[in-house]
Amino acid sequence: MTKWLLCDNMIEYWNPQIERMPLDELEQIQEERLRHLVDYVYTHSPFYKKRFDEAGVKPEDIKTLEDLQKLPFTYKQDLRDNYPKGMFCVPDTQLVRYHVSSGTTGKPTVVGYTKSDIHEWAKSLGRALTSIGVGRGDVLQVSYGYGLFTGGLGLHYGAEEVGSTVLPISVGNTDKQLELMQDLGTTTLACTPSYFLYMAEEAKDKGIDFQKDTGLKTGIFGAEPWTEEMRKRMEDATGIKAYDVFGTSELSGPLFTECTCQDGIHIWGDQFIVEIIDPETGDTLPEGERGELVITTLTKEALPLIRYRIGDYTILNKQPCECGRTHPRIMRVTGRVDDMLIIRGINVFPGQVESVLMKMPEVGEHFMIHVDRINEMDTMKIQIEMNDEAFSDKVNDIISLEKKVASALKSVLNLSVGVELVEQGTIPRSIGKSKKVIDNRKL
Amino acid sequence: MDEKFIKQISLFAENKPGRLANIASSFKEASVNIRAFTIAEAGDFGIIRMVVDKPEKAHRVLHDAGFTVSETDVLGIQMEDVPGQLATIAEVLGKKGANIDYAYAFVTKTEKAFLIIRVNDLKTAVETLYEEGIPLLDMSDVQSI
Ligand SMILES: [Zn+2]
Repeated sequence: MTKWLLCDNMIEYWNPQIERMPLDELEQIQEERLRHLVDYVYTHSPFYKKRFDEAGVKPEDIKTLEDLQKLPFTYKQDLRDNYPKGMFCVPDTQLVRYHVSSGTTGKPTVVGYTKSDIHEWAKSLGRALTSIGVGRGDVLQVSYGYGLFTGGLGLHYGAEEVGSTVLPISVGNTDKQLELMQDLGTTTLACTPSYFLYMAEEAKDKGIDFQKDTGLKTGIFGAEPWTEEMRKRMEDATGIKAYDVFGTSELSGPLFTECTCQDGIHIWGDQFIVEIIDPETGDTLPEGERGELVITTLTKEALPLIRYRIGDYTILNKQPCECGRTHPRIMRVTGRVDDMLIIRGINVFPGQVESVLMKMPEVGEHFMIHVDRINEMDTMKIQIEMNDEAFSDKVNDIISLEKKVASALKSVLNLSVGVELVEQGTIPRSIGKSKKVIDNRKL
Repeated sequence: MDEKFIKQISLFAENKPGRLANIASSFKEASVNIRAFTIAEAGDFGIIRMVVDKPEKAHRVLHDAGFTVSETDVLGIQMEDVPGQLATIAEVLGKKGANIDYAYAFVTKTEKAFLIIRVNDLKTAVETLYEEGIPLLDMSDVQSI
């Protein structure tokens, strides 16, 4: 496939015909593929046949995109219940790869891929990488885990698809990461945002200046939620452009990134249909309303998913993007349906706490939420690391900083929280997903 | 004027056992000697303030040991009668609009009493104390205490 350079606005596209296609034409493709998909899963998967029959819906009932709402949802629990391959639609001889995600509860989930599934995955990321200006001549350091986790190999194939040079270093060994980054001229780094922050701290300690000592210009951060404020902090500290990447192993792995507009993540409509629903009622919500993300895969062969409940909270945006792409965007994920804490009846997401703290330069980005139940009353206390620059040696200054943080949190969360500043380095750093909550309530 | 300032090292410490021992061993290794030392406690945390003979070195050693540490300019005064003189000093400074944020006293091996004060306006404080004939310590005095 060739890479196109459109001269009118100097924005590069991996596949301009598809990426700039008018929305109604795109929806026509979606409709055709959806009709084919329901036929395919009904005839190839006993699981889906049973599901459809129980819901009283036949493939021929699905004619338009609106009819999608008649179809039952699919859940992560379905993958666990049908472990390992009960939902697959192809014989084993068609499979070229497995990825397995270890569940913290119960059985792991297994995802199988046909040759075409691997290629569709690489194509999706190829478009995404092009949309952030990564392509031939770029060195992409993949600091996601390789192996059963989809992060490493996903970015790897996407980068090779667009002709970038991959440095498949995987996660960990930060000294080596920084050394090779300098020696091999890494231009693009893909890892979790918490690992990048850790790397930046280590670099600072070693006297490495990202702007002067490396060629790094782009970061692709995901696999855990992060915020707009964190983006600003990372970009200001290192001079790179930071982009959000989205995907889950059940859908293949990391699939989509923001474009250079940094205003939402394009979900390729010829490959996936996005819906936003009310997680309580299951009703589809109008464009622009925040709800749970639900995705239907249109081109997957081995493990197609119908109305799969992703469990992330986000907003759908179908307005044309300034980059010229017409494919719908989802806004930054603000939390997980299952990460949500209910404190005295109020819904709290760790991401909300993070976004308040990121707006306050006096405190560091490392925090931990402690939830407890004292005398039948839920309490929430947030420990935040003291920041070197903001440290005053007057007791009152520290107490008033704690009060300031508490009142900023209260105004966002509608909840009184305790704030405790703690010494630097006392909140555990994690290389994978950051654990931000310790819930000690015995329910 | 700033030769009359004394560099005080302050550090943020949670009230956890072992932190003080940690500081002491870091200093011992770096042969930094503590001249004056106080802890301001407030609930979950405390601020440790100290005057040492080698402030730059002490700062570096504590920072490398992972402490949140800062350097503050304070004033040092040798005194005969601590409570009485503290009141006098607060009064003369107050008249000129220089307020004492905090003060702590310590006694040396030679049984001389010293007072460390942090004020919101160093320049005015130094001038005022000079006019009042109250002599201030400087860093070389601290090193030789
Ligand atoms: Zn765009």
